[in-house]
Amino acid sequence: MFQSIIDAGNLLSASAAGSQAGQAAAAAATAGSGTPWWMWPLMLFVATFIMGILAVLAGVGGAVLYTPIISGFFPFHLDFVRGAGLIVALAGALAAGPGLLKLNLANLRLALPVALIASTFSILGAFMGLALPTNVTQMAMGITIIAISVLFIVAKNNEFPRVGAPDKLTAALGISGAYYEPSVGKKIDWTIWRTPQGFLMFCGIGTIAGMFGLGAGWANVPVLNMLMGAPLKVAVGSSKFLLSITDTSAAWVYLNQGAVIPIIAVPSVLGIMMGSFVGVRLLAGAKPKMVKYLVIVMLLFAGIRSLLKGFGI
Amino acid sequence: MSKANINVAEHGPVKKAEDKKQVQKIEIPQEQIKYANLLLYGAWTGIAILLVTFTLYMGGILKAFVPPSQMPQYWTMKVGDYLHATGAPTGWSWLGMLGYGDIVNFIGVALLGLLTIGGYLILLPAYLKKKDTPYTAIVIAELIVLTVAASGILGVSAGH
Repeated sequence: MFQSIIDAGNLLSASAAGSQAGQAAAAAATAGSGTPWWMWPLMLFVATFIMGILAVLAGVGGAVLYTPIISGFFPFHLDFVRGAGLIVALAGALAAGPGLLKLNLANLRLALPVALIASTFSILGAFMGLALPTNVTQMAMGITIIAISVLFIVAKNNEFPRVGAPDKLTAALGISGAYYEPSVGKKIDWTIWRTPQGFLMFCGIGTIAGMFGLGAGWANVPVLNMLMGAPLKVAVGSSKFLLSITDTSAAWVYLNQGAVIPIIAVPSVLGIMMGSFVGVRLLAGAKPKMVKYLVIVMLLFAGIRSLLKGFGI
Repeated sequence: MSKANINVAEHGPVKKAEDKKQVQKIEIPQEQIKYANLLLYGAWTGIAILLVTFTLYMGGILKAFVPPSQMPQYWTMKVGDYLHATGAPTGWSWLGMLGYGDIVNFIGVALLGLLTIGGYLILLPAYLKKKDTPYTAIVIAELIVLTVAASGILGVSAGH
C-alpha cells in the first residue's frame, strides 16, 4: 500500500517540475497505476486518522503535518492539498474553539487584533501560493517545513513569561486577562508587551499560513508566548482560536478558486477529527516526548522531500 | 482497595468540582460565551453535514458532476487545468449545482467558512454597546476582510 503511495508521489514529482508532458504522464500513470480509485480516499482517511492521533500526542496542529506529508506521498497536486489543509486546520480550530473560549484560555482581546492582521495577510499568501509556479511553492514549503522542525527542537516555551511594562499599543487596546490555573490552584492575571513587534511577525505568519495551507500554530505560540509574553496556556488557546479566523479567509480563497475538492478535503477532515479524539484518549498513557521526536523526524523527512520535489529530483 | 487509591478516587472529583468553581469565578464576557456556543453547534453541524454528503457522493446515491472514479485523472493537475478540463464550479456558482453528489459537499465546507463571520456578527453589537471603539473598529475591519474573501470578488484566475 505504502509503495503505491510513494510511486504515486514520485509520479507527481514529474509534474511538480512544471512540464505539461510530465503532468500528463503523471495523470495517465496514476489513472492506470492499478490502484483502484476508491483506495486513495480510503488511504487518505487512514493516513489522516494516524496524523490526528500523532498531532494530539505531540501537541502540534494537524495541518502542519497534513500538507507536507500528503503533498509528499500522495499523487494530489499541491493546490488541492493546500486547499484541503486549510479546511482541516479550520475544522480543528472551530471544534476546539468553544472549550477554549469558555475557559478564557482563548482571549478575544488578544486574539482579535492579531487575527485581523494574520487573516488579511493569509489572503495575500493564498493568492501568492496559487499564482506561483508549483515547483517554487514546493521548494519554499520544503524550506519552511525544515525550519519548523528546527523551531520545534530549539523553541523553549515559557509557562509564565516575565513581562515588562506594557507598551502604548497594549495599553490602548487593553490586552490583558485572567484564567484559572489548576496546577497552582489560583487565578492567573496576565498582560503582554512588545505588541507592535508581535503584530509585525503576524504579517509573515498569515502570509505563510495562506501560502502553504499549513495552519500556523507552530508560529503563533512562540510569538505570543516567547515574544509577547502571554502565559503558555493562553498562547496555545488563543493561537488555536485565531487559526479559526486566519484559516477562514485563506480557505475561502482556495474554495472560490476551485482548489477544494471534496474527495480530498472531506476524508482528510473526518480522518484528522476522529484521530484527534483517539489521540486525546491515548494522551494519558503516551510518552509525548517520544511522539514529538517522531513528528519532528516526519516533518524533516517531508520537508526534505518537498524541497527535492521543488528541484525536480 | 488501598488507602492511597481511595484518597485518589476521592480527591479527583472533589478537585474537579473545586476547579470548576474557580473557573466560574473568572469573568468571561457574555459575547465570548455566545461566540463559543455558535462555534460548538456550528462546527459539529458542519462536520456532520460533510459526513452525510460525502456518503451520498461516494455511495453513488447522488450523481456526481465529476465521478469519483475519474478523479485520479484530474487531481494531479494544477487547479486551473483541472477547472478547464472538468468545468468544475468556482466562486459561489456551486449553489446552482447542489443536485450533484460532489458539489453538495460544499454546503458543509461553506458552513464551516461562515461560522467566523457569524461569530463576529455576535461581537459587533456587544462592543458597540460597551463603546469600545478600538475593538468595534477591529471587528468591522475583520468582517470586511472575511466578507471580501468569502464573496469571491477577489477571484482572479490564479490557478491559470
